[in-house]
Parts: sequence; C-alpha cells; structure tokens
Amino acid sequence: MNTQKIIITISGLDKVGIVASVAATLTALQINIEDIKQTIMQDHFVMVMLCDISKTEKSFKELKDEITKCAENLGMEAWIQRKEIFDKMHTI
Amino acid sequence: MTNFDINNIMETIQMIKVHHLDIRTVTLALSLRDCVSTDIKETGDKIHEKILRYAKNLSRYAEDIENEFSIPIINKRIAVTPISIIGEAAKDMDYVYLAQVLDDAARQVNVDFLGGFSALVEKGCTKGDIALISSIPEALKKTERVCSSVNLATSKAGINMNAVSKMGEIIKRAAELTSDKDGLGAAKLVCFCNSVSDNPFMAGAYCGINEPECALNIGVSGPGVVKWAVQNTSKDADLGEISNVIKKTAFKITTTGELIGRELASRLAIPFGVIDLSLAPTPAENDSVAGIFKAMGLEQAGAHGTTAALAMLNDAVKKGGTMASSYVGGLSGAFIPVSEDAEMMEAAELGALTIDKLEAMTCVCSVGLDMIAITGDTPTTTLSGIIADEMAIGMINKKTTAVRIIPVPNKKEGDKAVFGGLMGEAPIISVNKFSSADFINRGGRIPAPIHSLNN
Repeated sequence: MNTQKIIITISGLDKVGIVASVAATLTALQINIEDIKQTIMQDHFVMVMLCDISKTEKSFKELKDEITKCAENLGMEAWIQRKEIFDKMHTI
Repeated sequence: MTNFDINNIMETIQMIKVHHLDIRTVTLALSLRDCVSTDIKETGDKIHEKILRYAKNLSRYAEDIENEFSIPIINKRIAVTPISIIGEAAKDMDYVYLAQVLDDAARQVNVDFLGGFSALVEKGCTKGDIALISSIPEALKKTERVCSSVNLATSKAGINMNAVSKMGEIIKRAAELTSDKDGLGAAKLVCFCNSVSDNPFMAGAYCGINEPECALNIGVSGPGVVKWAVQNTSKDADLGEISNVIKKTAFKITTTGELIGRELASRLAIPFGVIDLSLAPTPAENDSVAGIFKAMGLEQAGAHGTTAALAMLNDAVKKGGTMASSYVGGLSGAFIPVSEDAEMMEAAELGALTIDKLEAMTCVCSVGLDMIAITGDTPTTTLSGIIADEMAIGMINKKTTAVRIIPVPNKKEGDKAVFGGLMGEAPIISVNKFSSADFINRGGRIPAPIHSLNN
C-alpha cells in the first residue's frame, strides 16, 4: 500500500560509507529499500531512497529520529517523508 | 508506483525548507447550535464539553502528520457558530462569560486561536447581536485566543451604517483596553462585508449556520514559493508567462494542502470541508506577498502597477488552485496584511504604501484593509468611515472585504506598533485628517446595489 512507502533524502558532502551506514540503520529498523537514486546537486551529494515501512514495528517518529541521527553522524541532512506528498504535488 | 523523480523530490524539499511552503492553518469548524440554553452557565458547559469532545486530538494528530510529511502546520484553530446566536436564548446574555469559556476550551485543546465570537448584522441587529457587539472589547481583553468578527454588509442587504458607526467605537475601545499590548485587542477583531462561512483564517473564521455539524477546513500558504517561481523565470518573460508560472505553483501548493487536510480529517473521523487558496504571508524573510510584486518588477509594494500585479497574482492563484482541488472555498484571495508581511511593512515605512493604495488593492484581492496600525487618537467616526468605504467596495464588487485596523493607543505617526508572533509589527501610518462625522452619524442602512447595469 502506498501509505507504507516513504522517501528518504540524504544530502551533504560526499564521503565513504554513506550508503552502507544508512542501509545498516534501515536493516535494523526492518525497512526495505526498493530503489535508490543518487546525484550531485550544487556540489552536494544527494541520495534518494524509496523504502517500504510495512515491516517495521517502530512508530513513524521513532524511525524518523533514528534515520536522522544516522545522517547526523555522517554530517549529512536527512528528510524522511511519506511518498504521497511527492505523488500529489507533481502529478496532475 | 515505484517510480520517483529525484528532481521533483528536491524541488518539494526546497519549497518547504527554503521557501516556507507550509500549511498555514487547519481549522476545525464546529457547530454549537445544539448548545443553546436559557441558562448561560448551561450554555457554557455544553460549549466546553462539545469543543473538548471534537477537538481533543486536533493538535496531536496535526503534529503527527507534520512529522510524517515533513511539512509544517503553523496553526491549529477552531471556528464556531456565531456566538451571538448561541447566547441569545439565555436570560442573562453574559457574552464575556461565553468568551472566557471558549478561551478556556481553546487552551485545553491547545489551539492557537478560536474564531466565532461573531455577529451577522448586515440588515440589522437582534438583542443578542447588540449584547455581543457591546461585549467585544472586554471579551478580547479578558481572553487570549478568542477572535471576533462582525459582518456589517452584504451585496444583497446593503451596509448597516448604524453597526458601522458602532464598530468604530468598539474597535477603538478594544484597542484602549489592551493599550499595554499596543491595542492587540483590535488585531483580533475584524469587520466584514460578504463574510464567508467556511473561512479557516483568523481573525474572521466562524462556522456559518449553513455549515455541517463539523468539518476540517485548510488554509495553505506559500508566498515565498510563488516569489521563488517568479524569480526563476527569465527577466524578459511577459506577464502571461508569469501568470502561468504562478498557476503551476498554486497547483502544487494546493494539492499538498488537500492531501494534508484529507489525511487529518480522516484521522479525526470528520468530513473534509474546503481548502482556502489564500496566499498568507508571515513576517519571516522571503514569506511576503509584497516580495512577489518585487519579483514581478515593481520597486516596492504600492508603486503604480501594484493593483494590476495583485489582480493577476490573485487570479492566477485561483486558476491553479481550482485545477488542483474540487473543494476550494473560504476567502481564497491574496492577503495583504501590513504588519504580518515584512516587505509590506518596509513599503509602508518608506511611504510607498499608503492607506489609500491599500484600499485600491482590496478591490482586486481578498480580505481588505488588514493589520494596519494608525494613531490611537483617530476619531471613531474616521474609523467608521474607513470601514464604510471598505464595505462599499465589497458590496458593489460582490466580494468579501474586511477591515482589521488598530488605532494604537498613545502612539503617533512614524512610531511602530509591536504585536508579536505571527501578527508582527507595523509602522503607524496616516489617515485622512478631514472629518467623516456628519456622514457616519446619519446612520441607517445603505441600500443594496442594483445588480444590473454593471459599470
């Protein structure tokens, strides 16, 4: 179901181990990664992950806090949002 | 759907993070028609119980949704049936008491403002209307979160000039009783022509008697996003292109607002009402309607051409918004509050923006003369004259107009009034010094206009 899909956006200076660290955090939270895209925008590394949260037992707030903390440890910024906001905004 | 476009995602995040896209208000409209009693205490008890029953989860659920979509919801509010109607059956029409009950309930459910301390008197007043209007200054002094509005005119009934005259006095008294806060009482009080019964924005929100038992109405915002979009067009883009860019931006803002509104309504198990498309500025940097005029090419808000720019902006927002949602309602126009918009404030301080230009601008957008600070010694008949002019614009043009003006006690032109928070601060601007007294004191009702021969 669409309500179980979230988009995680990680941005900041590129470095070794970003994907590995975030993926490890998501594994611990039982969050499945369905797709990953990466790009460089204005000298910033940007990684966007489409994930499924239907298996996680944590509340949205808890998983958001854990992912944000993981990004902070990497010196990166994380945005965790339900996917519908993007579908609505950019689709007629 | 597993596809996603990284550019769309970054655009959305940038709109929220950098350009202040937010949900300005989620407003629970709640009928209090079943709270009427001949005993004012019983009325108060019923009101209190009903507000707590319906709104107890409003703030908490709104915060959950803010978290899940990472979009700020700035205000959580309640709009109730005009209280003049609800208190009228009581033997002791103690409206100040009812205001305190509303304030207490609003505090308990943790909403910022509660609107509906209101009366609809365009054609004349009932006993309850008179009692409520007379109690407004004291009610606004003794409460923190209650907002008041009075509808004085409609295109169908004309302008109740007796009430216009009275409201000049009420506004001045409301400001005087809150002189320690630069007349904040008057900032929570608005006079309307053609008021709207599903408006989610304060200070004019109330739940009309033609509305359902309850509904969730949403006010979106995003002057900063519109300004950004206009700035991103090429310097030689013509106004048709600018209009198109605004429409597309309004579409994005509105779909987001409706998503949030429907999600919250569903969690609260109440119907979704309408989405109000009004562009509502805040004092924050780059969250300004006046900033959009500058991006369009005007040196300051108030420069000649501002009315045309506002007309285009307002119309384009409506076109984009109605494409995005079938349930657009409320005021749905651009707000031009002086104190709540940093660049409007700047224009007023520079003398680029005068009360006369603001009045002209209200002919083509929504809400009218909003959050304008004037000297505290302005005669009440001049206040009534300002209200009468604005009511006439609404009546003739068949649109909503309003006046929220603050005669700031003990302050002179050039001083600054500070209201704090989202209400911001405003320079005291000048009004016409010539008297309106004899005209206002005639009273009566200006008849409704002819609805043909449209010139």
